[in-house]
Amino acid sequence: MPILTVNKLTKSFGGLTAVSNVSMELNHGELVGLIGPNGAGKTTVFNMLTGIYAPSSGNITLSTGGRSIRLNGKKPYKICKAGIARTFQNIRLFKDLTVLDNVRISMHKNIRYGLLHGMFHSRLHSDEEKKLMDKSIELLSILKLDHKKDELAKNLPYGEQRHLEIVRALATEPSLLLLDEPAAGMNPAETSRLTEVIGWIRKNFDLTILLIEHDMSVVMRICERIYVLDYGIVIAEGSPDEIKTNQRVIKAYLGEDMRNA
Amino acid sequence: MNKLAEIKGIKKWFALLLTYVIVQLLVSLNIINDYIMATITTICINIILAVSLNLITGFTGQFSLGHAGFMSIGAYTCAIIIMRYPSPLSFIIGLFLGAILAALLGFIVGLPTLRLRGDYLAIATLGMAEIIRFVFLNLDITNGAAGLFVGVQYTNWLWLYVFTAGTVILITNFVNSSHGRACISIREDEIAAEAMGINTTKYKVIAFIIGAFCAGIAGALYASYFYFIKPDLFGFLKSIDILVIVVLGGLGSISGSILAAFLLAIISSLLQSFPEIRMVIYSVLLIVIMLFRPQGIMGSKELSLSAFKSLGSIFERKNGGER
Amino acid sequence: MEQFLQQIVNGVSLGSIYALIALGYTMVYGIIKLINFAHGDIYMLGAYIGYFCMTYFHLGVIPSLLIAMAICTLLGVIIERIAYKPLRNATRIAVLITAIGVSLFLEYGTMFFVKANVRSYPPLKGILTHSFKLGSIVVTAQQILIVCITIILMAFLQFIVKRTRIGKAMRAVSLDRDAAELMGINVDNTISFTFALGSALAGAAGILVGIYYNSINPLMGILPGLKAFVAAVFGGIGIIPGAMIGGYFIGTVEVMVAGYGNSMFKDAVVFAILILILIVKPSGLLGKETKEKV
Repeated sequence: MPILTVNKLTKSFGGLTAVSNVSMELNHGELVGLIGPNGAGKTTVFNMLTGIYAPSSGNITLSTGGRSIRLNGKKPYKICKAGIARTFQNIRLFKDLTVLDNVRISMHKNIRYGLLHGMFHSRLHSDEEKKLMDKSIELLSILKLDHKKDELAKNLPYGEQRHLEIVRALATEPSLLLLDEPAAGMNPAETSRLTEVIGWIRKNFDLTILLIEHDMSVVMRICERIYVLDYGIVIAEGSPDEIKTNQRVIKAYLGEDMRNA
Repeated sequence: MNKLAEIKGIKKWFALLLTYVIVQLLVSLNIINDYIMATITTICINIILAVSLNLITGFTGQFSLGHAGFMSIGAYTCAIIIMRYPSPLSFIIGLFLGAILAALLGFIVGLPTLRLRGDYLAIATLGMAEIIRFVFLNLDITNGAAGLFVGVQYTNWLWLYVFTAGTVILITNFVNSSHGRACISIREDEIAAEAMGINTTKYKVIAFIIGAFCAGIAGALYASYFYFIKPDLFGFLKSIDILVIVVLGGLGSISGSILAAFLLAIISSLLQSFPEIRMVIYSVLLIVIMLFRPQGIMGSKELSLSAFKSLGSIFERKNGGER
Repeated sequence: MEQFLQQIVNGVSLGSIYALIALGYTMVYGIIKLINFAHGDIYMLGAYIGYFCMTYFHLGVIPSLLIAMAICTLLGVIIERIAYKPLRNATRIAVLITAIGVSLFLEYGTMFFVKANVRSYPPLKGILTHSFKLGSIVVTAQQILIVCITIILMAFLQFIVKRTRIGKAMRAVSLDRDAAELMGINVDNTISFTFALGSALAGAAGILVGIYYNSINPLMGILPGLKAFVAAVFGGIGIIPGAMIGGYFIGTVEVMVAGYGNSMFKDAVVFAILILILIVKPSGLLGKETKEKV
């Protein structure tokens, strides 16, 4: 059974249909790419999957741990609790907070002490906070950010900010991770490290990953399957090799990006 | 490591107790006279108000211009109860009842209005406080515009200290807990917070409820210290006064709020001698401070505890010597 | 029915004044997203300037009006340059506190010079003391004056905003300040001009309210200022026709509540309307919902 089933998802803003009848299936453990020209509706799909926009019609179903939950119209924090985490295309870290706090905030949903414990700093509070701290540092060390835990997020270099976004999403303990252009603005060395990291966390965190990316070298190298979106419609679906030779895709991209890949 | 923290904790409690005992001693020896005590009371009440508004505006990022409205609920509730049943017990009951009613109102107002962002929320809270004021102006039980003469004084240094220190400690603890971080994440980026699993509406309402509860306590302390309350004491200008303390101290800095409460009390008692231009100077100061230090005294940083203690004792000496 | 029509007449007169103040709020908010709390005090100053012109210099209504508008314009620009311009890149809350500081300064500065007592406008002469009866409805010449002046000023404002270069610049800056700057618009001057226009209208409102209610004091600007702001929010803040509609609506509602219900509750009702509109349609009557892009 697929972990995520998207059925005829549609979103219109006023008269404009940004996404039209998109259907997708993601199997457990897969790394799937979502590509398409600018304005094709990729981020809108992400925003519907994470509850930031309510779909105009269609269905989103998440199946984890033997349970299926219908996600459309649910609030973002509920979707996060159900097991979908994301990063943002235009980095949205908690800029004026420390790296550590950025990660700890994502773990709030699993916190086991109540308001009063927090206000009186009870024993339960200290124990839980210590666990939280250890786990945050462990997660940060995956992307070698642990030594920067006390720096403000806004003071990190650009590439590390993107890494922190990934760590922050991982901290919510997702079963499905949505990455919105994780390599945007990175140089080739950073990009190649990033692709390694993505592969590594998929394996070690038992994740399913859906990835929006403009850098075709990344997509073609790491994705097992690709959906191509153009003008809000899925125009192709298949393995990287199939997509590379698909006439409609080449036409949508005017051939340019494909030849580079 | 753990032992060190324990020693620090004991030290903290000891310092708190010592401050209480010293001031109490000075009060008993009549070194702190009524005038100074009134100033101390104003400072304590302003600290409670400012720290609680800081939780709403500075930490959670929800712009509120109606804090005096919550304060007035506490003041009137407590006043009405102690006027009927004058006893210390009914003062405490009235105080908590006032705080609970204020918190309840915070919840009722919070739920629908917290969808609003930024300025719109500010205007809505302003409107709410004005409505509360108009209601108090028109009720029989509150004696309308003439106000209530409470006539009994139960607020003393003990209660002031307990509630001021209590508010500061509990709110400081709160913002340093995971729940507090959830509130802060809303200020930083509401959409990202929501995407990271924070129920933003819930935490906004929680911040409002805690803030309103504390403002209710401050109102009750006010009513039973200054004998007399009327709706106009809790108008738009009072809400602004509180906001000024918070912004002056620094949004998101609790020690900043405390510092600013002291500072403004000192400025205002210095200006007592020029009643005619007191407000003019105050307003000019406000503009100048905002022009040259818009982030407030502390920004969002905190004074360390030890530094604050020594500063606190300087103020103590100053107050003691002013006689 | 007659009483109802009478209330409408009174409501429109009061609403004109609110509308004039609300326009300044809405324009300033539209262009720099600031709730200019000092705006109500400009209106108060307009009333005082008019008072001095008429009492000490024995000028007529129209010359006094023009002088009050001119001085308020100047004051608006000076305040903007000194207090708000240096804070263009500061947080919104810092600017708001500054606006509150300016407001207190104007109130208590005025109080220092003219004392806190209430003053009465000099009695009007000639045609302005007349009142006209239409059946049992009474329309005073003052009310006609207020409505006429308001309409003339609004028409003038519409002309400036829609038909002139500077009006076009104002609209451009309020849509996107950075883009406007890149297109060669002098943003600072445009913002100053917006303050000038709004202050002129507030000054006019001040003198009109002096004529209408005949009593003024240094704190008179606070409540009408807040209500005019409610009017601006009601119509959709940043939208000029919205402020006009909002002003007339709030004025009429207030008069109706005072006339039919309890006059003590007229202020509470205005704020209840505010909260209601914010909950139902926060962008106001004519506003469009905007969603943050993710």
